[in-house]
Amino acid sequence: MYGKRLRPLALTTFAALTLTLVLAFFWAPDDANQGFLQKIFYLHVPLAIVTLCGFVYAGLAAIAHLRTRDSRWDMRSYVAIHLSLVFGVGVLISGSIWAKGSWGVWWDWSEPTLVSFLLIMLLYATYQPLRFAIEDPERQARYASVFAITAGAFVPINFVIVRLSTAYLHPRVLGDISANLPGRFQVVFYLSLISMALLWITLWRYEMTSKHAGAQLRALRRALAGDEDESMPRRSAVPTLNVGSGAGGTRAGGDSVGAAR
Amino acid sequence: MIVPGLLEIPLHEAVPYVAGAYTAFVALILIYLAIMATKLSRMERELGELTELAESRRRAGEEREEL
Repeated sequence: MYGKRLRPLALTTFAALTLTLVLAFFWAPDDANQGFLQKIFYLHVPLAIVTLCGFVYAGLAAIAHLRTRDSRWDMRSYVAIHLSLVFGVGVLISGSIWAKGSWGVWWDWSEPTLVSFLLIMLLYATYQPLRFAIEDPERQARYASVFAITAGAFVPINFVIVRLSTAYLHPRVLGDISANLPGRFQVVFYLSLISMALLWITLWRYEMTSKHAGAQLRALRRALAGDEDESMPRRSAVPTLNVGSGAGGTRAGGDSVGAAR
Repeated sequence: MIVPGLLEIPLHEAVPYVAGAYTAFVALILIYLAIMATKLSRMERELGELTELAESRRRAGEEREEL
């Protein structure tokens, strides 16, 4: 069901990313201060915005999970956090490279924007171990949702606090764009933001499709194996999805259920 | 103390950083896709096993009917 329209979405994402790259490198002028180095801006900033939005979405999905007890919302939240962590690593790498070129250092511990983003990443890095530490799938999903909501609320609060801080070196981006960015910079920036959001959505749907298909496959295996299936599900951090085949809940990812193994 | 540069960074100095940042991002996405592809191939294998199981059961059922 998540795989529906995945192909056109993937093609649109590819086209948008290609257009963004072409415009960023061949159409947008070089920055007066940063020169060619500013091209990292079209990768780093949208990546950071999409990452933080992904974490907030995970929190919203977790709220929906606690309200409805529908395991699909838990899975949506899980995949959103997983994907945003991957994107977050990209933010840290591209940001460090830009800092080295612009400031001469890979990292500056006195810069609130950098440190706060690292804190968010470290916070979310505990999400998987938290899930893995709880064996009961029902309780695991509930606790993970509470974590996703709390951490998801921390993201915008943290963002506002950092912006209120006065001692910073990191350029302010949101809020200054329309005031300071010339036309071509703005067009490419918004296009790169859309492209990055499309990439996140495509990969999210891709992973959701994979997790859902895996869950259905395991349910089918259990239904076919019948009495022969005496294997116990292994502990896993992956949410339990309730899918058809009359087999009840099944671990959606990894190789946690394997009757033939 | 770090002071943001006021002069434009020369092109030959900026290119390796820009190339590095974009390459790192592409590599990250490719690694992610490779991991997902591995999981997909495992699912395909499992599906093959299930198909074989269903097929063998169907054959066994037919043999029982013939007897």
